[in-house]
Amino acid sequence: MPDQCGPPDSVGILVPSGMLGAGFSPGTITRGISLGADVITVDGGSTDSGPYYLGTGTAKTTERAVRRDLRLLLAAACSAGIPLVVGSCGTGGTDSGVNWVAGLVDAICVEDGLDLTIAKIFSEQQADRLITKLERGRIHALPPSAPLDAATLARCTHIAAMMGHEPIEQALRAGANVVLAGRATDTAVSAAFALMRGMPPGLTWHAAKIIECGGQCTTDPRSGGVFARIDHGGFTIEPLDPDAACTPTSVAAHMLYETVSPYTMREPGGTIAVADAVYTAVDERIVRVEGSRFEPAEQYTVKLEGAAITGYETVSFAGIRDPQVLRSIDEWAGFFTKTLTERVETVLEPATPAEVGVMLLVNAEDQETATAISKLADPLLLHLPLPAMHYLPSFAFATSPAHIDRGAAYEFVLNHVVEVDSPTEMFRLEMTNA
Amino acid sequence: MPDPDTAGAPRTLGDLALEVRSKNAGPFWMTLEAFMPDEQAYRVADALITPELISELYHVPPASLQIFRIPELHVVKVSFPRPVVQGSLHDRDMHAGQHHVPLANTVVPAATAG
Repeated sequence: MPDQCGPPDSVGILVPSGMLGAGFSPGTITRGISLGADVITVDGGSTDSGPYYLGTGTAKTTERAVRRDLRLLLAAACSAGIPLVVGSCGTGGTDSGVNWVAGLVDAICVEDGLDLTIAKIFSEQQADRLITKLERGRIHALPPSAPLDAATLARCTHIAAMMGHEPIEQALRAGANVVLAGRATDTAVSAAFALMRGMPPGLTWHAAKIIECGGQCTTDPRSGGVFARIDHGGFTIEPLDPDAACTPTSVAAHMLYETVSPYTMREPGGTIAVADAVYTAVDERIVRVEGSRFEPAEQYTVKLEGAAITGYETVSFAGIRDPQVLRSIDEWAGFFTKTLTERVETVLEPATPAEVGVMLLVNAEDQETATAISKLADPLLLHLPLPAMHYLPSFAFATSPAHIDRGAAYEFVLNHVVEVDSPTEMFRLEMTNA
Repeated sequence: MPDPDTAGAPRTLGDLALEVRSKNAGPFWMTLEAFMPDEQAYRVADALITPELISELYHVPPASLQIFRIPELHVVKVSFPRPVVQGSLHDRDMHAGQHHVPLANTVVPAATAG
């Protein structure tokens, strides 16, 4: 992107949906472009679906769904001559996730005859390099986590660093039409282009936070896309679905969603502060926001995310309708657990009068052991009577075999930040012409 | 016998609220919100939701709680570190999407329910 002589009067941002692969109507894009979008941004990932996706480096979204969304977005970006920024590619934002999305983009560009410069920004981190930073005292815990140790870093199957807007801006300045970012803060994805164009940081970051979940900030959270226009005194926000509306309450309430604090939010380079923001209805479906601030931090920090294997799992289910057992279901569950002594956890939903489902989750150091313990449990799940019962009940298995091997199970183990000297030093940029 | 005048009156915070919800705030925190319909109901929620109540319902230390009282939105928001990290072995609610139930089921004192 060539620099302008000065900042434009405003920047329009089109967010088609809360997540790449979630789907949106083609009309969403047409409407956003007609409103004068200067950039299309969409988030490709999150930790919200759990540690499995980062742990395995695989995407939650399907290839078909992501390809479908990308095809519409690439065509729109190409014909409008505006950049497309995708953040946290492949759910966890691992290198495999960036390469997966890049492969889909390359194929679409060839099939549809699009000539676009693609930037890939990798954010995956090697444990040994982080251990060096740890030893230099440059990694700090965030509440409520304990200080990091090298062993925890070494346990991680994948570690991602969350980039701010700077690596994305670097790619845009280098001429990228499409930026495929690894793990990035949800806000940085939408903020990068507007910040590059000189829009005020407080307003830009706040707008980016409001739009990052798509229609979540509207009166109909299922409605999909939203459009924000940031100028030098505030920003306006409106849904791209003509039947949905943004109201001062729906927009203000979005600062509550999945946040610890509704007033402040930490980014790598500082804090978004919205306690003084004023939300005003422009009309019945457009809201204007003014007064948001960005407070730069003394030390730029990059947040780490890491997932580690907790063990290997096998799951079995059984249904119990036997009235005598149901009357004493807690006793049965206790007796089951006692009887199956090794590494067993029973999880019981509140009993219904008619039937309970029993889920046995075995977590062991390897899959063979998890499967072996579940097989040991198999006759108990099928037949275990209460001690006072004089007959052998047979419970209900839904499937054969009754157990399901789940493979490796993961947990999030990193909630720490790294002090960096440069916002881009932990991220690697690759540019390719499709 | 219930008093006929109060038989249909809201009894729990969930009855009074537009919505009581819970969600992850990242893998290590969770957040609860009570969206109340008007100022009167907000005052009930504001009085009901104390560090002591949340501590008792969720078995978390009062010092770990952040409570935000937002009268202009009629919202009380409570955030605290997840006692069990998202997705780890003993986590039974990946999105923390059902943790609002104990709060929603909290009985509102009769004098304020009305």
